[in-house]
Amino acid sequence: MSAAAATIRPVGRTSRIPLPALAAASLVLVTGALALVFFVAPNDANQGFSQRIFYFHVSIAITAYACFAGAAWKAFLHLWKREPRADLESYVCVHQGLIFGTLVLLTGSIWAKISWGHWWLWSEDQLVLFLVLFLFYCAYFMLRFSLEPGPQRANLSAVYALFGIVLVPVSFAAIRLAKNLIHPVVFTLHGPNFGGWILVTYCVAQVAMLVLAYTLYRLELGGKRLDQRVRDLKEVLV
Amino acid sequence: MTTAEKYVTAAYCVVFAVVLVYVLILALKLQRLEHEVEKLAGRTSAPDGEGEPSREPAPVG
Repeated sequence: MSAAAATIRPVGRTSRIPLPALAAASLVLVTGALALVFFVAPNDANQGFSQRIFYFHVSIAITAYACFAGAAWKAFLHLWKREPRADLESYVCVHQGLIFGTLVLLTGSIWAKISWGHWWLWSEDQLVLFLVLFLFYCAYFMLRFSLEPGPQRANLSAVYALFGIVLVPVSFAAIRLAKNLIHPVVFTLHGPNFGGWILVTYCVAQVAMLVLAYTLYRLELGGKRLDQRVRDLKEVLV
Repeated sequence: MTTAEKYVTAAYCVVFAVVLVYVLILALKLQRLEHEVEKLAGRTSAPDGEGEPSREPAPVG
């Protein structure tokens, strides 16, 4: 049994912050952000009440970009330092990015319906570019699950995740480079386009989304590692 | 409730629902893993002979 146990990969810890503390922080921050959005932040002069979608829409979009950047960083670590945990961490980051990407598309569509009268406009480059980014990362899963688990799958997934990061600045810049500028620009080169309670609400919502994403990341990563450990144990015992 | 208020509420409900479904999927998966770990623990902690078919003592010599 001792020789067999040596083949079982240990369950690693990624951080010292306990998961229950992260979950509690997420709950407090999201509740606080919702309270600020609905009870404190004033109505926007141009868009009125519908602008309140942006507190979460923009925060979720930046969180999705952060997840994809995290996936690329972990992929880079896998390729450069051959860190054994980096492949799984990169995969979970991409998964988180796609969940937040789905929320960006859904909340953006709802806002578009109020403001533009359409759920989706194919003529808008910034929308289509985000969809391209989203579908690119969807294809990551097709690539990953079409290969047998092992070093080849880890290497190809890492290269793919690393290439995907190129699309993030393109998608981010597209909103600013769009000719007709119908998509509101929240951040300019001179800083945020708002102040006062709107800025405070946005900052709280942004921190809430980042903490929530990190909590879900840790939860999913823990589950995946446990799953891997159970499979290893089964192989040893059978 | 105005149309804008309805849409904004719908947007936040969608965010809540997606996160809730995701957490539920994770919880179900962890529940399954817990069950599998219990089964494996039962197999490894069972005393010698338990869980295996009983054998007749073979004559030696």
